[in-house]
Amino acid sequence: MINSSLKTLAQMLANKEISSVELTQTYLNRIDALNPTINAYIALDQDKTLAQAKAADVRIAAGNATPLTGIPIAQKDIFCAQGWKTTCGSKMLENFIAPYDAHVITQFDNAGAVNLGKTNMDEFAMGSSNETSYFGGVKNPWDFSRVPGGSSGGSAAAVAARLCAAATGTDTGGSIRQPASLCGFTGLKPTYGVVSRYGMIAFASSLDQAGPMAKSAEDCALMMNVMAGFDERDSTSLNRDKEDYTRDLNKPLQGLKIGLPKEFFAEGLDTGVGKVIEDAIAEYKKLGAEIVDISLPNTGLSIPVYYVLAPAEASSNLSRYDGVRYGHRTAEYTDLMDMYCKSRAEGFGAEVKRRILIGTYVLSAGYYDAYYLKAQQIRRLIAQDFEEAFKKCDVIMGPAAPSTAFKAGEKVDDPVAMYLQDIYTISTNLAGLPGMSVPAGFSTSADGKALPVGLQIIGNYFDEARMLNVAHQYQQVTDWHAQAPNLDKPEGTA
Amino acid sequence: MEWEVVIGLETHTQLKTNTKIFSGASTTYGAEPNTQACEVSIALPGVLPVLNKEAVNCAIKFGLAVHAEIAPRSVFARKNYFYPDLPKGYQISQYELPVVGKGAVTIQVPAVGKNAAYEKVINITRAHLEEDAGKSVHGAVEGMSGIDLNRAGTPLLEIVTEPDMRSAAEAVAYAKKLHELVQWIGICDGNMQEGSFRCDVNVSVRPKGTEKLGTRREIKNLNSFKFMQQAIEYETRWQIETLEDGGTIQQATVLFNPDTGETRAMRSKEEANDYRYFPDPDLLPLEITEADKARVQAEMPELPEAMKARFENQFGLTSYDAASLTANRALADYFVAVVSAGAEAKPAANWVMGAISAKLNAEEKTLAASPVAAESLAALIKRITDNTISNNAAKQVFEAMWNGEGEVDAIIEAKGLKQVSDTGAIEAIIDEVLAANAAMVEEFKAGKEKAFNALVGQAMKASKGKANPAQVNEVLKNKLGA
Repeated sequence: MINSSLKTLAQMLANKEISSVELTQTYLNRIDALNPTINAYIALDQDKTLAQAKAADVRIAAGNATPLTGIPIAQKDIFCAQGWKTTCGSKMLENFIAPYDAHVITQFDNAGAVNLGKTNMDEFAMGSSNETSYFGGVKNPWDFSRVPGGSSGGSAAAVAARLCAAATGTDTGGSIRQPASLCGFTGLKPTYGVVSRYGMIAFASSLDQAGPMAKSAEDCALMMNVMAGFDERDSTSLNRDKEDYTRDLNKPLQGLKIGLPKEFFAEGLDTGVGKVIEDAIAEYKKLGAEIVDISLPNTGLSIPVYYVLAPAEASSNLSRYDGVRYGHRTAEYTDLMDMYCKSRAEGFGAEVKRRILIGTYVLSAGYYDAYYLKAQQIRRLIAQDFEEAFKKCDVIMGPAAPSTAFKAGEKVDDPVAMYLQDIYTISTNLAGLPGMSVPAGFSTSADGKALPVGLQIIGNYFDEARMLNVAHQYQQVTDWHAQAPNLDKPEGTA
Repeated sequence: MEWEVVIGLETHTQLKTNTKIFSGASTTYGAEPNTQACEVSIALPGVLPVLNKEAVNCAIKFGLAVHAEIAPRSVFARKNYFYPDLPKGYQISQYELPVVGKGAVTIQVPAVGKNAAYEKVINITRAHLEEDAGKSVHGAVEGMSGIDLNRAGTPLLEIVTEPDMRSAAEAVAYAKKLHELVQWIGICDGNMQEGSFRCDVNVSVRPKGTEKLGTRREIKNLNSFKFMQQAIEYETRWQIETLEDGGTIQQATVLFNPDTGETRAMRSKEEANDYRYFPDPDLLPLEITEADKARVQAEMPELPEAMKARFENQFGLTSYDAASLTANRALADYFVAVVSAGAEAKPAANWVMGAISAKLNAEEKTLAASPVAAESLAALIKRITDNTISNNAAKQVFEAMWNGEGEVDAIIEAKGLKQVSDTGAIEAIIDEVLAANAAMVEEFKAGKEKAFNALVGQAMKASKGKANPAQVNEVLKNKLGA
């Protein structure tokens, strides 16, 4: 059952083969057993969760269920959920109980989905390994000695370890796709503006975008049907007609033009990962797709541009955590300035501080033009690269991450190496484009572990339905997405 | 050396919208602390701003009123600094691309001493939309400072002038003009005590005849015209004295202390914040189309200059009278109501600027609180023009109306002020007067013009003031064969 698709679970619920309470309890039991090791969830509230499951059962019985009614979903702890502790992985918000619901939470509530709990994440979504979380790292379910990726590491581990039916994530530079790649499941970052950011704690406002993390493209499509849609409370939310993201899943791929950017297959890509991606491309050829060689010449600039723009926005977004109204306030202080300094020094972790410092610096008088403004200019060039590319192809493919899951602690002290984890994903955030990671096979590590590899699919603006179709057709002829780590063995031997 | 003061103003006008500029929280003044602070006002994690279209309409109205460029595309920026009453740690404002560009207002600088009154054009540099901060409350809880976020997010239009003013009088005349204008077009309630209209004044001095601007100091948060006058005068003297004593002026922000009448530096430029402005990624650029402007234009009231010209053309008022009547919207509206109720324009103008304004000033009342409604004043003026009462009697009637003694005709009746216009009765009175004042008649006939006026006076007195003076004149002339 834990490996069943959302569609199957909905059918089981509809047919009364199982109740939402039973299904939810199954996950809660699994969380009880595995979460102390994996640390995917940082807030659980069985009473709230089961109350939602009971309500879902009533709704199902009344015959007005939606496709996600009664389905247990894990929510990244970046979404405010009324009455839930919402920490964003930070000591700063360790005791913050959200008094209101994020749009995404409201959408799931309206659909009758069950909130299983809040998942661990890099502090304020800043990280690619989940190691910056104040609440401790998360174990990669495929190998507990490795990281799950980040920043949506808790949701990633929860999906991979089958600690939820599906999860939400957010992606500012790759925080859905890189962990999806490292943990072997399907994740989608939609076009910027498709999912409302209201109630989603901001990291870098012009880049942040929420999306689904699930076991298949079809599951992601069902999640998107709930998450996407206009919200007048987010000025950057796009007012478009409601879409059914499942509508194109079954279209054949005959004639699909796949662009392969040479920059995604250059130096820095792990050879094992490269091999998996090549095999996946070969599979697509069999499905009738054509391969087009393209170039995204400014890819190499995406990381420096990102590490100017994202910290700039973050330095301002995180100014509200000042100890005045909510969040961490230092115990003793002499005056206002002392309170600000100590509260923020104690409340934020090292990576967050690093980015606040970078962001403050690049926005400072005398540096703004050289850094922030220049980065904005390059950002437009990066978007133009994609615009050119999409004249030649329908989707772009490549690796989602340059390597498989790395060891916990391996890159903690080397921020630049950590930042390079997002080399293939960041440019889509900068351009506002949708991107996916789809399980495409395994690569064996030096210590003999078979670790998942994700194929990245990048689409044009609002092309999510086509991307889901492209992924779904691949998932009809492969079973990489269906593979799950065996967690019924003792720890460390998965 | 003769010095010249150079003054520019930055005025924060709170816009009269029901809700805040970036949220649906109410903007009503004076509510219990933090009862008008929604999750956006408090800046909870995850909240986002949504621009209030009504605030944009206010900005467009102002732009139209000062004949300014209204930007087809303007950008909201974040001004970053830490302060307890600034919940986000940044203020959403406009920086490089403001909604309103260059414009101008014409001010009337009143006569002072031997200097005659004059008009002057003050150029507006820009006006931009931004949000107000909350307030720090000291002393509500002992030993603690409280924060009231009711005001946080109230829409402001910050209106910035060129350094065009050359005296405190000009600065005050500009501030008063602007104060009237924003109320006239209905974008601000103008309540200075509640902080709806707050001025920052940049003051510098330079040797008269030179071009280069001196170093300026900014006097913050002046909320009365009297304080503005005092602060500028003090600051100007202080700067001149400092320079004449061989000192230099440091750029600084200063506060005016109404108790001492002095300005004092709050922070110097070295301590000034680097606000790290950058475009707010949570808000799209503000786009204003020609259609938007046309829509707002259609809602605009007639502007003071247009109304002044109309009063001159339509009613034959002098430029001075027309300007006085259009100095504020309430006065102009009252005048128009008096005329609409049937009074002739010229006497209406005289009564509104004269008796009404004098009473209001004396009793510190606004027109809204005038005990004499426009219709009642019009009725009074009609009784003068139809010769029912004399001008003198009208003053008594007005006094009675002001004191709430009733409507015009009832008062005339009760006080017996009705003018005698019966020619027979007047002739009888004059005959008596001529008989009793033979000496005066002789004087008149001998060529003494003054004697005629004396005889009129006697006739008026004999009628107890009720005789129609024009008729008395005419009858007397006939009788004397003049």
